[in-house]
Amino acid sequence: MKTETQERADINNMERRSFLRYAGVGVASVGLLATAACHKGQKIGPHATDIGSGDFGILNYAYTLEQLEVAFYSQVVLTPYSGMSSMELSYLTSIRDHEILHRNFLKDTLGTNGIIDLVSDFSSINFSSRASVLGRAKTFEDLGVMAYDGAAYLLKDPNYLSLLGKIVSVEARHAALIRNLITPGSFAGSDVVASNGLNNSLAIAQVLPMVNTFLKTKVNAANYSYYVAY
Amino acid sequence: MNLFNILDEIEKVDPEVHERMSPRREAIKNITSFGSKVAIAALPFAFSNIFKKAYSQTPPAQVSTVLNFALQLEYLESYFYNQGVASPGLIAVADIPSFAVIQADENAHVAFLRSLLGSAALPMPIIDLTAKGAYPTVLTDYQVFMAVANVFEDTGVRAYKGQVPNLIGNSTILTSVLSIHAVEARHASAIRQIRASHGVTITPWITGSSGVYNDTGLPAANTNYGAGTSGYPAENNITQGGVDVTTLASASGSTTSYNIGCEAFDEPLDMNTVLTILGPFFG
Repeated sequence: MKTETQERADINNMERRSFLRYAGVGVASVGLLATAACHKGQKIGPHATDIGSGDFGILNYAYTLEQLEVAFYSQVVLTPYSGMSSMELSYLTSIRDHEILHRNFLKDTLGTNGIIDLVSDFSSINFSSRASVLGRAKTFEDLGVMAYDGAAYLLKDPNYLSLLGKIVSVEARHAALIRNLITPGSFAGSDVVASNGLNNSLAIAQVLPMVNTFLKTKVNAANYSYYVAY
Repeated sequence: MNLFNILDEIEKVDPEVHERMSPRREAIKNITSFGSKVAIAALPFAFSNIFKKAYSQTPPAQVSTVLNFALQLEYLESYFYNQGVASPGLIAVADIPSFAVIQADENAHVAFLRSLLGSAALPMPIIDLTAKGAYPTVLTDYQVFMAVANVFEDTGVRAYKGQVPNLIGNSTILTSVLSIHAVEARHASAIRQIRASHGVTITPWITGSSGVYNDTGLPAANTNYGAGTSGYPAENNITQGGVDVTTLASASGSTTSYNIGCEAFDEPLDMNTVLTILGPFFG
């Protein structure tokens, strides 16, 4: 049986780095790290946005993830990678459409409480390469599941909680599909599902640094720096 | 799951938890304060004992009801996969590794839920995988086996999702239940992919149409995807948070197709409806 520490170590390298930075320094230091990051070049203004607080904050967090996924899959479908099968194109187009609906639904629900439209940065992705595209799709889908599960307890309104539940299982269906496209049978691999049968979950403060590596518009969560994963 | 915070969550249900646990709670605080990875690693094994001792082997009623409901589902699923994997020649050779993963996950869910419930855990009921004769070939006909697996997983996703609002704000139990829920959704997707590889027209997500709640091709299973009691619509629901989602924009225009509207949101189901639907499999 794996320990929690070992399970965490199984998360892919990028996620692992983030976790260690988060966990290794203790909760009180996280705010300092965030501050340091700001000094490095994150300016509050058109190039950064904060999810805010309360249930709208959590919905904006979800909206951030969905915006990122929409931008990614839109590009994937617009410029299919070399050798994309018709079945893969069909699957990836459906996923794009699900994500667009998730994004537009959240945008509609948030109304004037919604964050700005985010500008993505996919310079690290080679959209002509199947391995690069599916690898990132896996990152985004697995991250989405871990992020939704890790933030759900912060919601106060049961209707929003229920809506989040309706979306997260669809993300998990996507994740299982993408993983099987990469490696058949890896739909619930040990890097995402612990030996006790539970999907890993991540705190907002763990997820956003990873998300921000794919965004020109950085997203912050000043009100959630101190919340932890369960 | 962060085990340091479980105590805080139990405290919300049981204000006296500090008194019940004070010596051990102090010990845990100390572990936290020096932040040893070794100590953190050791804690999961200690936790269920702490939980059980504090409650004289009985967790709070509200939580245990949800967990016992989940346990019934997991008993059914684990028994189903244990029997399936043990049936010679049933599962296509290429699919055995996938079913082994699912089998292991379901058995782990049983163990996890039982460890949380302690002596409050209900025993495994007598299970009839033919559902009183409805599926007499479930352990000999692979297509039937896959179809039943498909329905169990999709229904499991609905069942867990239906309990989520009952656990609102309960960081540990809610997050645990959602974490199992996500794994069931991964299984559902995988089994749908396996069925597709054996000639069934089906996607990893649930597509409905007007009057037909699902795409499993199993008329007998339609109730599994139908509406529950008030507030629990069928899987072909397209109204979310009071909004008809087909009126929202898509990649191709100002509206969204019915199919995408169904697929993009999975629907929860209430406890009584789930137990009624799965009733024929028990005893």
